Amino acid sequence: MSAPRYSIGIDLGTTHSALAYVDIAGSDGEATAHGTLPIPQLTAPGAVEALPLLPSFLYLPHADELAPGDLALPWAADGTQVVGELARSRGATTPIRLVSSAKSWLCHPGVDRRAAILPHDAPSEVARVSPLDASTRYLEHVRNAWDHAHPEAPFSEQDVTVTIPASFDPAARELTVEAARNAGCRSLTVLEEPQSALYSWIEASGGAWRQQVRPGDVILVVDVGGGTSDFSLIAVLEREGNLELHRVAVGEHILLGGDNMDLALAHGVARKLAAAGTTLDAWQLRALTYACRSAKERLLGAAGDAAADGDAPEAQPIVVPSRGSRLIGGSIRTELTAEEVAAVIVDGFFPRVDASARPVSRVRAGLAQLGLPYAQDAAVTRHLAAFLGRQLGALAELEGFGGHADGASFLHPTAVLFNGGVFKSPLLAERLLQTLDGWLTAEGAPPARPLAGADLDLAVARGAAYYGYVRQGRGVRIRGGTAFAYYVGVESSMPAVPGMEPPVEALCLAPFGMEEGTEAELPGLELGLVVGEPVDFRFFASSVRRHDTVGTLLGFWSPDEMQELAPISATLPTEGRQPGEVVPVRLAARVTEAGTLELVAVPRDGEQRWKIEFDVRGERQPGA
Amino acid sequence: MNSPQPSSPDGAQLSLLSRIPLAFGAFFSLMANGGLAARYVALRDGAIAPMPSTPVVAPAPAPVAAAPVAAPPPPPPVLRENGPDAALQLLALLQRDARLIDFVGEDLTGYADAQIGAAARLVHEGCARVLREHFTLVPVRDEAEGARVTLQPGFDAAAVRVTGNVVGQPPFSGQLAHRGWRATEVRLPRLAERHDARIVAPAEVEL
Repeated sequence: MSAPRYSIGIDLGTTHSALAYVDIAGSDGEATAHGTLPIPQLTAPGAVEALPLLPSFLYLPHADELAPGDLALPWAADGTQVVGELARSRGATTPIRLVSSAKSWLCHPGVDRRAAILPHDAPSEVARVSPLDASTRYLEHVRNAWDHAHPEAPFSEQDVTVTIPASFDPAARELTVEAARNAGCRSLTVLEEPQSALYSWIEASGGAWRQQVRPGDVILVVDVGGGTSDFSLIAVLEREGNLELHRVAVGEHILLGGDNMDLALAHGVARKLAAAGTTLDAWQLRALTYACRSAKERLLGAAGDAAADGDAPEAQPIVVPSRGSRLIGGSIRTELTAEEVAAVIVDGFFPRVDASARPVSRVRAGLAQLGLPYAQDAAVTRHLAAFLGRQLGALAELEGFGGHADGASFLHPTAVLFNGGVFKSPLLAERLLQTLDGWLTAEGAPPARPLAGADLDLAVARGAAYYGYVRQGRGVRIRGGTAFAYYVGVESSMPAVPGMEPPVEALCLAPFGMEEGTEAELPGLELGLVVGEPVDFRFFASSVRRHDTVGTLLGFWSPDEMQELAPISATLPTEGRQPGEVVPVRLAARVTEAGTLELVAVPRDGEQRWKIEFDVRGERQPGA
Repeated sequence: MNSPQPSSPDGAQLSLLSRIPLAFGAFFSLMANGGLAARYVALRDGAIAPMPSTPVVAPAPAPVAAAPVAAPPPPPPVLRENGPDAALQLLALLQRDARLIDFVGEDLTGYADAQIGAAARLVHEGCARVLREHFTLVPVRDEAEGARVTLQPGFDAAAVRVTGNVVGQPPFSGQLAHRGWRATEVRLPRLAERHDARIVAPAEVEL
């Protein structure tokens, strides 16, 4: 295989996917030859259009639903599935056949992610697909689009970077890599989305980024997309005269995004209509959501521009069309006022809170776990406060930062980079910045500077393509390694107390900040594996314990610093051993070149290594 | 049988200058139209003597009878006919995004202006989206409307329409009444081979 000609970046988003590329040979240093690929997709039955974004939706049509040949794509004359814009619009009217938010299901620890479970509420006759399968199909579509446009440079021979939320756990990362490999990626890397956004900003600045940041800066990347919110902190250092970027912390996985905002607004307007005696059916509610989205964009977008002129629009009319052909007689007219948008979106999702605010979480009812674990608190600012508070000590290790300022209660960012479609509304970016500046001022710190000039829709794909390019040593790279330390649960050897679970200790396998392609040493502690039987271990991650080294054994921890992930499971083959025999092994961790975590069991005697799987089968039944 | 000298009815000879474009036109017409070429050969060989009263062929039944299958071979193509697909496609987009057919098809009597206005907003927004997404439109003339403009000799008469006191020779000077629109790009969806574009909007049946 010859050297890849292109570095391809794929933003595999919750609601939209996109592909960008850098022509490696045609680029020189920080001047890159890059572009985005318009993705041909069905936009109506029998009609194909190339759009910059591919909606991440899969529609599974009924056999009689569409005319033969109406699903033809430029690369497939007789398609049977629908991906993209048509899937989204069809699915809006027939949700039982629509697969959406596959990415959120991919990292849902409560379900079997290889099992055909989507659409979640489909009747039994619909042939469901697994979250892994759905992701694979989006990637296949993008791959086919590439191969169609670039027959001279096949996708499988290019260097591909797929982006993931920074908060993805090792299992979801591995599933993403598996989906990409199934879709034909051979040379593959995964990259965290907030980092990707920063890479895109660096690329877009054409070298000028060095004037916009200085050593000692801490850049907060706030990425609020259609379905998820993601935070990262990236520190700027100077070493041997060069600026270096270190990603020092990432946030938790928060299922909260722009779609929630549009829905909240639509429900508010629907309530207002209902109070006036007009009730909407499901079809009208969807049309209302759509109308609210554009009215919101006008109100929020215009408010920013018009602030200078002093004539921000007070209200935007909203018309819910009739479903039948009597348009004038059957449409419902109402309006969305600037006040309502301010109350629902600005104050509802970006309230002015103190730095000490934390997300409110209700105790979940045991049965409420079937759907996606959406964020229970809609306030992005409260999630941000919690993130910065938790990461107070994130800079302690970095030279030139000397830990946090005295008396600080949260980590003080000095610059902010916004990403995600939500921040197309300047008012929302402004509100978040004001809230953050309020926290900073209260602790005597200077306000944070917004870093301008990113394309909010395509930045992640562009940054990913650029990352593939800088990996070849052609530009600045963000360092940081893994943003979590990983632990395996070990039953402690305490005498059992009736009625209490035996206490669990956490043995550190992979320390914080492991770089790609590195391997952690073997811990001293051995675990017993039963030959021929799968053995499950509890598995934990911490985004704040930066000092633990391999072999550290934790007896207790606060719930805030450790999160339990889905268990890991090891099966020792029986060859050469007696089934049922207990073999002492040590567990070792490695971060692959692709960016995934790999765990292996190393027996005391012998050179063999057995892979340990991340359990993606959902919660096991006890005793199963 | 001398050289193919066109014996023009009244004996007048065309000038060399006017014969050059004629020759070029004839070349391409003959290349494109086998029937015409056959008649040219016949004419050259003197077989068709009584031509004078009929100009080359009967006037084309151009726009009226659109497809007279067995009609005599038409003259060099002057009017082209577009397939209906692109028009149907645009109509489908305008109906889908702007409900244009519903709106225009509805009888306005009995509705208050406010009701019509509400629906018109929807249609306006949808039409604007269709235009924005499928066409790139730029003004033909960059000057502000109302400005004095000068049209040089050889100006593109298709792109600029002169009205009013149209006399004399260019350069013409006048006031720009409308800047005009030029579609620099058209991005209509590609259609599947067997797709029936005549279904502009499918009926919807909720099960």
